[in-house]
Amino acid sequence: MENSTNGLEVVYEKVPTLTDTLMHYCPGCSHGVVHRVIMEVIHEMGITEQTIGVAPVGCSVFAYNYMNIDMQEAAHGRATAAATGVKRVHPDKFVFTYQGDGDLAAIGTGETIHTVNRGENILMVFVNNGVYGMTGGQMAPTTLAGMKTTTSPFGRDVATMGSPLRITELIANLPGALYVTRQSVHSTAAVRKLKKAIQLSFEYQKLNQGTCFIEVVSNCPSGWKMTPVESNQWLVENMFPVYPPGDIKVPKPPAVNN
Amino acid sequence: MGSINGTSETKLMKGNEALAEAALRAGMQAYFGYPITPQSEILEYLIIHGPKRGSVVLQAESEVAAINMVYGAAGAGARVMISSSSPGISLMQEGISYIAAAELPCVIVNVQRGGPGLGTIQPAQADYFQAVKGGGHGDYRLIVLAPNSVQEMADFMFDGFRLTEQYRIPVMILSDGALGQMMEKVTLAPDGSLPLTQKPWATTGKPASRERNFITSLHIEPEMMEEVNLHLQRKYKELQKEVRYELHHTDDADIVLVAFGLSARICEKVMDLAREKGIRAGIVRPITLYPFPSDILREIAEHAGAFLTVEMNAGQMVEDVRLAVNGKKPVFFKGRMGGMIPTPEEVLAELESIVEHQLLHA
Ligand SMILES: Cc1ncc(C[n+]2csc(CCOP(=O)(O)OP(=O)(O)O)c2C)c(N)n1
Repeated sequence: MENSTNGLEVVYEKVPTLTDTLMHYCPGCSHGVVHRVIMEVIHEMGITEQTIGVAPVGCSVFAYNYMNIDMQEAAHGRATAAATGVKRVHPDKFVFTYQGDGDLAAIGTGETIHTVNRGENILMVFVNNGVYGMTGGQMAPTTLAGMKTTTSPFGRDVATMGSPLRITELIANLPGALYVTRQSVHSTAAVRKLKKAIQLSFEYQKLNQGTCFIEVVSNCPSGWKMTPVESNQWLVENMFPVYPPGDIKVPKPPAVNN
Repeated sequence: MGSINGTSETKLMKGNEALAEAALRAGMQAYFGYPITPQSEILEYLIIHGPKRGSVVLQAESEVAAINMVYGAAGAGARVMISSSSPGISLMQEGISYIAAAELPCVIVNVQRGGPGLGTIQPAQADYFQAVKGGGHGDYRLIVLAPNSVQEMADFMFDGFRLTEQYRIPVMILSDGALGQMMEKVTLAPDGSLPLTQKPWATTGKPASRERNFITSLHIEPEMMEEVNLHLQRKYKELQKEVRYELHHTDDADIVLVAFGLSARICEKVMDLAREKGIRAGIVRPITLYPFPSDILREIAEHAGAFLTVEMNAGQMVEDVRLAVNGKKPVFFKGRMGGMIPTPEEVLAELESIVEHQLLHA
């Protein structure tokens, strides 16, 4: 494993943009994979020194323990405001946020819309697991109709609790949004696609033409009370019909040449 | 505004504009704000003059967003300021608590108006408790400076940035609508008189040569969280050496007026009127409301007969005066609320009645 002298070759290793700290995420949770993919891209693009991340309250509030780059933890819902502050004083740096659905689409909806509307030149990574994971699986704005959570114990009643909020489609309508895409990490192929989208987003950030926004449709085995395998199956069958993967807005051709 | 920057300059300016201009001269690198009377001139002035002089100036979508932009920019190492008036400052409290906990330097300006609720746009001092006791959740303090002139609106921007960067404790300039709106002569220090400080802890991008920097206020283990609190408390203790106040004729005073900001100016008139009538009045004007000048009040309580605290609120600083005097001498209160400014005559009448009933016949 150490070297190639005994005929073995390193085909995969942990990137230095990840720390050695053991992640606290539940088995099968999407967060760890999404962390890893972002950090791989930052390492591979050689932009570690120029990148600052912001992770707000939510399951991923400890992202700074795992991501071996300069990071800020932010108040619940305020990640993109903090990221705006960072980016405005360091316009030459790469800035990204890493937010849950409660954060981005409930308490931080105002910040989400206005950050994108200003076309802040940052990447927003939006991990949509359909629940409030950190606080124990309560209903999120993205919770599916009829879906049971601790605060919709009889299933989300659309008449009194509203419909699942497709905020990604909403913000794609804003002129400040440059690149809006919906991805997932439920399969290896999906992980590869997500990686590509992250790469593209950091490339776009160099162009200073607007916000890049990646929704990652994710599972929450603990919150959903399923095994990891069941949760990924459930995600495909139930989340995808409401949150279909794919690009929602792509820059017009001259934006980037690759 | 003509040519500015290079030299010190004396001119007639509104308090809000003097403060904004001083912020630029003090090397401010970013400002985030949201309109609210009576402080909107700060944002309006800065949006014209800031960007061409190297400062980010951004109108946020709310005070909540604005204070979190301050968090981001301050965490990334910039010299940052934010301003608002009472309702807007209330909205910022969660963010201020995070900033205090993460030990980020910044200056927060509150040009107070009358409340509670939407209240009035007239000047008040009713946010004293909020400013000096923490304001948001958790055990934290701000360094609170209380200007009483347009000159001090400008000067305290320099003091504010200096103190906040030295201690990594957010500074609040607690002003009011009258000071913000009034025009007075002001001498502005030249650009560059406050050098930028090194911030090795800031999130500026991690080079291979150092460990990652992270800004956080999360300490999930209670033992750790208590350590952080103890560290903060030690810093607050250290602040005692930054106590500032102004004394007028306290040496021979029988009765001592205690007032900050605009109220202190009214008290100067009261003191003169009282002395003309043969009443030996003096003034203690706290300039730092936190740390509070308790020691000097305690000393004065040894020889003065009584204290009269004058505020534009229902009686807030008077509690700190009473704590300092600790029962040694009576402490009286005269206040007006809801945007009303006490007249020198009504304060004088109160003072005369105290002298008459409490001191002479005691
Ligand atoms: C002002 C405020 N309100 C509520 C909370 C409690 N809280 C912490 S995380 C969270 C929900 C997070 O859910 P989400 O953003 O979807 O992220 P996830 O944990 O699912 O990854 C809530 C409500 C808080 N920390 N601050």
